[in-house]
Amino acid sequence: MNDQRPLVIVVAIALVGMVLLTKLFLIQVADDSFLKRAERNAIQRVVDHPYRGLVYDRTGKIMVYNNPIFDLMIIPREFAIKDTARFCEIFQINKEQLIEGYNSARKYSSVKPSPLIKQISTTDFARIQDYLIDYPGLFVMTRAVRSYPQPVAANALGYIGEISARQLERDTLKYYRQGDFVGLSGIEGFYEPDLRGVKGAKYKMVNVRGVDKGSFKNGEYDTASVAGNNLTSTIDLALQQYGEMLMGGKRGSVVAIEPKTGEILAMISAPSYDPNLLTGAKFGTNYLQLNQDDSKPLFNRPIMAMYPPGSIFKVVQSLIGLQMGVLTPNTTYSCNRSLVACHNHPNPVNLFGAVKYSCNPYYHQAYRAMINREVSRSTFKDTEIGLNIWRESVLKFGLGGQLGVDLYNEKGGSIPTSQYYDRVYGPGRWKYSTIYSLSIGQGEMMVTPLQMANLAAIFANKGYYYTPHLIKAIDGDPNKIPLKYRTKNEVGVDAHHFDLIQDAMAEAIYGTAARAAIRDITIAGKTGTAQNPQGEDHSVFIAFAPKEDPKIAIAVYVENAGWGGRAAASTASLMIEKYLRGEITRPALEEYVLAGNFM
Amino acid sequence: MRQEDLYINKIDWLTIVIYASLVIIGWFNIYAAVYDEQAAMSIFDFSINSGKQLVWIGTALLLITLIMVADYRLFENLSLVLYGIFLVFLLITPFFGKEINGQRAWFEIGAFRLQPAEFAKFATALALAKLMERPTFDLGQTKHQLQALLVIMLPVALIMLQPDTGTAMVYTAFFIMLYREGMPQHYYVIGLSFITISLLALGIENNLYIVVGVAVLVLILIMLGKKKLGRIIGFISLGLIIIGYTYSLDYVVSKLPEHQQNRIMVLFNPDLDPLGVGWNVTQSKIAIGSGGLMGKGYLEGTQTKFDFVPEQHTDFIFCTLGEEFGWLGSLVVIILFCALLIRLVFLAERQKNRFSRVYGYCVISILLFHFMINIAMTIGLFPVVGIPLPFFSYGGSSLWSFTILLFIFIKLDSHRIQLLGRMG
Repeated sequence: MNDQRPLVIVVAIALVGMVLLTKLFLIQVADDSFLKRAERNAIQRVVDHPYRGLVYDRTGKIMVYNNPIFDLMIIPREFAIKDTARFCEIFQINKEQLIEGYNSARKYSSVKPSPLIKQISTTDFARIQDYLIDYPGLFVMTRAVRSYPQPVAANALGYIGEISARQLERDTLKYYRQGDFVGLSGIEGFYEPDLRGVKGAKYKMVNVRGVDKGSFKNGEYDTASVAGNNLTSTIDLALQQYGEMLMGGKRGSVVAIEPKTGEILAMISAPSYDPNLLTGAKFGTNYLQLNQDDSKPLFNRPIMAMYPPGSIFKVVQSLIGLQMGVLTPNTTYSCNRSLVACHNHPNPVNLFGAVKYSCNPYYHQAYRAMINREVSRSTFKDTEIGLNIWRESVLKFGLGGQLGVDLYNEKGGSIPTSQYYDRVYGPGRWKYSTIYSLSIGQGEMMVTPLQMANLAAIFANKGYYYTPHLIKAIDGDPNKIPLKYRTKNEVGVDAHHFDLIQDAMAEAIYGTAARAAIRDITIAGKTGTAQNPQGEDHSVFIAFAPKEDPKIAIAVYVENAGWGGRAAASTASLMIEKYLRGEITRPALEEYVLAGNFM
Repeated sequence: MRQEDLYINKIDWLTIVIYASLVIIGWFNIYAAVYDEQAAMSIFDFSINSGKQLVWIGTALLLITLIMVADYRLFENLSLVLYGIFLVFLLITPFFGKEINGQRAWFEIGAFRLQPAEFAKFATALALAKLMERPTFDLGQTKHQLQALLVIMLPVALIMLQPDTGTAMVYTAFFIMLYREGMPQHYYVIGLSFITISLLALGIENNLYIVVGVAVLVLILIMLGKKKLGRIIGFISLGLIIIGYTYSLDYVVSKLPEHQQNRIMVLFNPDLDPLGVGWNVTQSKIAIGSGGLMGKGYLEGTQTKFDFVPEQHTDFIFCTLGEEFGWLGSLVVIILFCALLIRLVFLAERQKNRFSRVYGYCVISILLFHFMINIAMTIGLFPVVGIPLPFFSYGGSSLWSFTILLFIFIKLDSHRIQLLGRMG
């Protein structure tokens, strides 16, 4: 009667085995989601933050380095303390802070470390280091913050800070994680991809409570971080320092460029701030304070402030006129003050005299000759055509648009278009008499100090420039900098036209800016005055030297310092001497500049 | 001819080889489960469970020797005495046992802890065999059915006092043996239907579906057969009973202790609460599932080693195997278990007396139940029930009791010629 029953039991046993194996196959082989969940469970990816690249000046002095700071970490479960008062004394926190820190750490995890005291300085760390051994459950985690041995070039160097939500969103490669530090401005921002290096990853195993259980597969999948590239700046730290000293107590900009290369030797924005303020623990409060400061220390004037170019623009007008054939060295105009105001100087003047004496009526008449070429019977149309052609020539001088310096937020200034006047006055309703202020660098045109310095470089180079830049080598290799900084830009004016201009600028020094003259160094320069409807005019001076073989081209803006011949020219002269000679032979002039307070 | 007479040749070595394989694989897995790379202790280190298990294995060998040299008639003669002794043990356990996890299931003797409920299994098996050995015993008779049931239910009732539901459940396995011994088939049909309906009732949240389903089924059955009033009433009342049962089951479940309720709910929806109640099953499935086809390699498992799976060296030992040896490793172990069980069916069937055969089927029943339920729970096919995997799981009580259980049968089998006699 029971013959088939043992068989039923055998079949049942086999069935159980098959059901179990089928289910096992489904979760082990057919479904890999469990593997991923297992990895999420037990394998923790710990980012190994790379060492950020350093920045050196052109002479090899360090400008930016990484300074270790220390976070005191606590593992609440292991933490034991006998004498609270003594602990607080050693670690310099009060009892409430200790209790609060401990409790918040415990709330997070009793076995995982959390910070108890953040950003301890090296000196404080040295003090507490020896006591650490007495307190189980405490250890120190090292991080690096940026540090600046000389508190200069703050705006050029920029700062790093925690990545913003928007930046994270734009990071389509998903390199960054929340809480990462990135360059937010200046060189730090522009060269972020070079400076940041490559993050490494360590895979470590954790148990169910999050306790570290060593590296995963003996570190087979770990990758080491690669330190960021060091940058060699074009800045001459000594010159930068000297310039910042001269600009102390003033508002304005100094930009010095090596004409042959476009390398920026100094870029001074005054007033500035100590870059060390925007590092480490105090970043937040200091940033807020700087941001609210009326003197706008965070405003990078050399590339962001815009002024009308004033008289200095007459040099550009002369060159364009010569190239167009409208002007020759012998072209003479009378100093007709009914056209535009002028000052006393020999009359009439040829081109050389016009540059030397900065004659306003000369350029009023010369510019009319450039604009109204009588290509159209309508004087309106003729002016429009003339303006468009002229504008093209001006743009080649690096004006009317961003130069492309290796900093973000560069302003481009403006050179008005015919469309601009059409908008303001209506098409066909404006002519030369409407736009004549452009002839002497006034009116609807704006330039930045950087563009002015670049003009000086163009004059020095007799017709070409390299886009000004702050970094000359990445990782020691000059060929790693962007190609545009190694590409010559011709301005479209023949070199021989510059001879007269250079001579006139060299002579002009003795006329309008006698203070700027330096014995044995021929400076070619041009003063300017940027009109300031709000108050005293801004003092402007551009120059290059030595004239025979220019090593430095410079533009100086001192706001509210009046006529360019005084404050600006003196500052430029001192900078030139400092750079070319390495020392100052005219302490009196230095004192004069230092004493100037125009804020 | 002389060789065949040797006692050693009468022992079924195949069973012993499978047994030894399972114990050794189990031991290696226990080491893997407690292995800590940073501590890097030897498998023989007595401060960790693999070392302790070695002690249990050694003492199990001693027990095997004792069983094998003992007189084969001893077990039959002592069966009722042993059954009585363990009933007494079970009776006093709730009063003198050590409380662990809310259960008083353990006796503590020095550093050792023993679980009387584990040992009561083979005593009950012996008692059942003794009871059913009588030539007049017939499972077709209600009186005899009740006698067998009484022998089974006595220890169950006592174990429920501890309370240890998992171990108590194991005793239902004896129905497999009873099936072989002639328990009427319709009990099993009713029983399996009952389980199916229960699962449906618990698994389907909205009882309305069950009501509609049952109504449709009853209607079809009525339409198909002869339309006699008695038949119609019969079907309708059956339907009503099922529906009533469905609702009462929900009520009963809602009255269960919360941890048992949760265990049932998690079975049907493991993602219900993966960090809470579903933790065991979820983590167990992750550990096994992450093993893939080949596994992560011995001692390379991360889930079991880093404590993600609770009870990994005892009830969840299968996770370590699944994680480190993958599906192929699981295949080997499951085949070993099935082979052992089928071999035991073969051995039981070749017994010449009913005592041995009944006892053999008791062994099969208990091993099959443990094997099936333990692995099923680790892969989420069955609610979490705290019962060990035979020969595999860490623990002296479990290894000893399974060893005694199995080797008494091997002993009986080796004397099957002498045990000729009263076959029913």
